[in-house]
Amino acid sequence: MLLLLLGIILLHVAALVLLFVSTIVSVWTSSETSTSDLWYNCSTSNGGYHCDPASTGEWIQAVQALMILSIIFSCLSLFLFFCQLFTLQKGGRFFLTGTFQILASLFVMSGAIIYTVTSPDWVAQTDTFGYSYILAWVAFPLALISGLIYVILRKRE
Amino acid sequence: MLTFLALASVVLLGIVPERSQAIVIYTGWERHALVGSDIRLSCSFFSWRWTSEDVTFSWTYRPDGSRDSISIFHYTGGAAYVDNKGPFRDRLEFVGNPGRRDGSILLKNLEFADNGTFTCDAKNPPDIVGRPSSVRLLVFEKVPIQAGVITGAIIGVVLGLLVLIVVIYYLMRFLVARRVFSLSVSKHGKKKKEGSQQRQGPAPPADPSKIKV
Repeated sequence: MLLLLLGIILLHVAALVLLFVSTIVSVWTSSETSTSDLWYNCSTSNGGYHCDPASTGEWIQAVQALMILSIIFSCLSLFLFFCQLFTLQKGGRFFLTGTFQILASLFVMSGAIIYTVTSPDWVAQTDTFGYSYILAWVAFPLALISGLIYVILRKRE
Repeated sequence: MLTFLALASVVLLGIVPERSQAIVIYTGWERHALVGSDIRLSCSFFSWRWTSEDVTFSWTYRPDGSRDSISIFHYTGGAAYVDNKGPFRDRLEFVGNPGRRDGSILLKNLEFADNGTFTCDAKNPPDIVGRPSSVRLLVFEKVPIQAGVITGAIIGVVLGLLVLIVVIYYLMRFLVARRVFSLSVSKHGKKKKEGSQQRQGPAPPADPSKIKV
């Protein structure tokens, strides 16, 4: 029982950590000499390491907003889980927690999809996707599974 | 109150030492504009001296990526001289008021080649020591959205909706609970009335026998 609880919390925290790293580290696109998006474009030109703010297009701002919202909703879901753990009656389901976590996963999915579809507008063809982008895609199923587990789980004792 | 302030300012102007008297020129830092539009580049100055009749304003322009500046406007001796040979011929107009220390110019019908730095230099004899101030002009095809506007808007709307849903949910619960409470009170009240009426009926005939003196 305790092991199950620990496992669920660990899964949730793992998804949350992946979301944080993906949002904060600015490596959604990388090339040999530069990394860019979501917040900074840093390039190692012959003058050394040099960072500029990222382009202010509408779509990249939408991706920023969706990633931040997913972090907020995932944190709220964790907080609600602990609340519901102590206040829910026996046999009740963690609907609220699960809803927030599933919403967070949907936000990450939308953010990643929007980035995938619209990034060719401002990213050169020779650049590849960086690890932050991959972490966002990994965080999406983790958060989704975590949310579904909350919806199915029943409180015992 | 006003006379006191006037007297104080006159005294201060008198005792301020010569060395701190330098002319300070103000322009914007950066200006954004669309291709084909007009833009007003403002220039004003602060000087401890009264505005003299020989006040001069001059604007010079340095294109982006070039090291040479070209003079495009000069105001002196009460007359304004605009560019009639350079890149801004027929596109420059003086819209300032030198009497009010305003040396602003109006650039019409902007082109992409107008990207660059405009420097305003003003002199208010005898106050001539000062640094010219520069404003950078950026000409866009389409005005870009500032960083963070859409981000903030999306986050604000979603969180606002969340708060709204929570508030509506609790409001509904409160209203429903109140309605249920008032219904139950009215039912309880009716039952009480009926109960007391029933009790008053059989009571009087039993009383006379039970009254003690």
